[in-house]
Amino acid sequence: MATVKEEQEAREHAVRRIEREKPALEFGSAWDYAPAPESRDHLRLEERYGLFIGGKFVAPKSKKYFETVNPATEETLAQVAEAGPADVDAAVTAAEEAYRKRWSRLKPADRGKYVYRIARLLQEKSRELAVLESMDGGKPIKESRDVDVPLAIAHFFYHAGWADKLEYAFPRHTVSPIGVCGQIIPWNFPLLMAAWKIAPAISCGNTVVLKPAETTPLTAMLLAEVCQEADLPPGVVNILPGAGETGAALVNHARVKKIAFTGSTDVGKIIQRATAGTGKRLTLELGGKAANIVFEDAPIDQAVEGIINGIYFNQGHVCCAGSRLLVQESIADTVLQKLSDRIATLRMGDPLDKNTDVGAINSKMQLDKIRELVACGVEEGAELHQSSCAIPPKGFWFPPSFFTNVAQSHRIAREEIFGPVLTVMTFRTPDEAIEKANNIPYGLSAGVWTDKGSKIFQITQKMRAGVVWANTFNKFDPTSPFGGYKESGFGREGGVHGLRAYVELG
Amino acid sequence: MPELEIRKTYKLYVGGEFIRTESGRYDPIPDARGQLLANVSRGSRKDLREAVRKARAAQPGWAAKSAYLKGQILYRMAEMLEGRAESFEQLLRESHGVTAPAARAEVRATIDRIVHYAGWSDKYVALLGTVNPVASSYFDFSVPEPMGVVGIVAPETPDLLGLVSHLAPVIVAGNTAVVLLSEKYPLVSLELAEILATSDLPAGVANLLSGRKEELVPHLARHMDVNALSDAGGDRALSKSMAEDGAVNVKRVKRYGIADYSSDTAQGLDFIEAFTETKTTWHPIGV
Repeated sequence: MATVKEEQEAREHAVRRIEREKPALEFGSAWDYAPAPESRDHLRLEERYGLFIGGKFVAPKSKKYFETVNPATEETLAQVAEAGPADVDAAVTAAEEAYRKRWSRLKPADRGKYVYRIARLLQEKSRELAVLESMDGGKPIKESRDVDVPLAIAHFFYHAGWADKLEYAFPRHTVSPIGVCGQIIPWNFPLLMAAWKIAPAISCGNTVVLKPAETTPLTAMLLAEVCQEADLPPGVVNILPGAGETGAALVNHARVKKIAFTGSTDVGKIIQRATAGTGKRLTLELGGKAANIVFEDAPIDQAVEGIINGIYFNQGHVCCAGSRLLVQESIADTVLQKLSDRIATLRMGDPLDKNTDVGAINSKMQLDKIRELVACGVEEGAELHQSSCAIPPKGFWFPPSFFTNVAQSHRIAREEIFGPVLTVMTFRTPDEAIEKANNIPYGLSAGVWTDKGSKIFQITQKMRAGVVWANTFNKFDPTSPFGGYKESGFGREGGVHGLRAYVELG
Repeated sequence: MPELEIRKTYKLYVGGEFIRTESGRYDPIPDARGQLLANVSRGSRKDLREAVRKARAAQPGWAAKSAYLKGQILYRMAEMLEGRAESFEQLLRESHGVTAPAARAEVRATIDRIVHYAGWSDKYVALLGTVNPVASSYFDFSVPEPMGVVGIVAPETPDLLGLVSHLAPVIVAGNTAVVLLSEKYPLVSLELAEILATSDLPAGVANLLSGRKEELVPHLARHMDVNALSDAGGDRALSKSMAEDGAVNVKRVKRYGIADYSSDTAQGLDFIEAFTETKTTWHPIGV
């Protein structure tokens, strides 16, 4: 019987290292950059954060605190209160009171003005929010600075303007708010997800209790400070860090009228069961395993950039990541060579460095999950190709990787890895591509690459997915509805369609 | 000597065919005076699975038909019902014991409802779709698409108008349907199957099952190839367990409690929207 070490060696042997020296693109030392870390001087962090209830930071009745660490360095950033059931109850009570006495009685235009204020204040803090997002979650500063934070701000700006125009969105209906909304968000886009949830909810006249993820609570704490600075009436926004138990207490709270959840399909199903028959409204934004289909008539260099962006953006911690590459057989060799060459140029390392392309894996737990699925892929007979980039000594890291020789039935082709790992499969005909793309319980997003216009419409129409990117990938905007088909959840966030989740129509 | 009447045994309507239940079970359906009116099939789990299979097979083809053609087919259903209005009124009177004017009113309302949805076929997309002004150089639009296979639990009464009120919006949006009919009054609905079968509606688009709801609803709700549930059954306990079971594959569950089906508020765009998905498509703008 093979020892653990022998098994590891065998596995290592199966890996094809993508070497910087080998590829067709040779830049010599031109790709070596001096470190360019973003400064963290202007960031003021408290040692300890309480729960944000009724406009104040308060000590948790649970008396529990947890540490949040920087996944790139494993340093502890702060202690954060963990909300227990009594804290959830206090927050719901505060939200209900704010809803009844202040927020639902406010002139809609004034509600909008508060939301505009939040947007402006976030803009003024955009630098420190970006730095903190990268420190708490491990994502590259260029992403938090150019994607997460500006998009979060845009969501507040966009929805602020809806506050006094809701009757235009729902003709022939009277429009009223729902009440207290319980919102649970994941760790992959902490501030952005908070904005996706809070902005439409409060613009439509509801009040919220939001639970950020346990590994990334800090930017939500800054958002709470912004709510204070904006003089938002106390209790309109309440923020309760915590883990699964906190979320369960929120979902099961009798006076919560609506639940919005973004996270795994497994937990989403539990929530759907728990809210069934209670009259609670529910929207779910769950997992995905998007097909990214590249046809032989695609603009190949653009497609390769799209593949890279599709799977390595945010270390692949993206529910709509293009994690299944379907490439037409005739161009598979070319595309894979270009993909390897491009991966060799990706820089993994300090998330705060402005030149970093791939940051740290969000947590030890997530890293273990990625490793487990990747090991399973190797065991099932797929061939692993992995960047040979240096792995920093501390923190949680996984090099950009892809699998070839993948069968549709492999776990790595069916389960969400939620890491920088792509599975590559080939197809011969458009019908085969459509069949393979849709043959999965998920249906969040898909990508299609071809220069032929009629083919774009044909294939995008056939995708059973809520968001389809044609000749692009991973694009988001507050005006653009986002959400899944099938087991990727229901309801939309963003755009006119997203408002529906936060209004009661008469 | 009086003529000897031919009594009808009502079969299930699955995949465009009238089939006997594979289970070999039948239930007697009495008329308003308690006399046997007809026997109906007591649909089984296997019948239900067969219906879902047929509905799934029919769905892409039905969705791909032009909006104009879908409208024509629905309108044809109204025409066929109009032609047989009197026999429907007669059957409503016999099975429910209602007056002639009441039976006539329900049939008229049913015809009107079908015509209402026939007209929606080429309009709802324009009203539910959007072009989204994104802040980057992309053309971005959202359109409603069918959810797929929808399970409908029809109300006990009004059995005919209620059935059509929930079936028509589901199919006009390009979905196919598996319907659990009124358990107490299945006859008029099964009679409607003959209208569906002769109105150019493709086989498998609407599948109608009679039987015991308590037996069939859990199988429908747990079926992994059903995308959504339209629950107008009106049984609170069954609704709750159905909504719970639906989580098995994240079904969209829409529950209806409609007091007056003859009202205009029991029809319209919202009933269609409830069984559509929104797809958003992005494409770069450039040369």
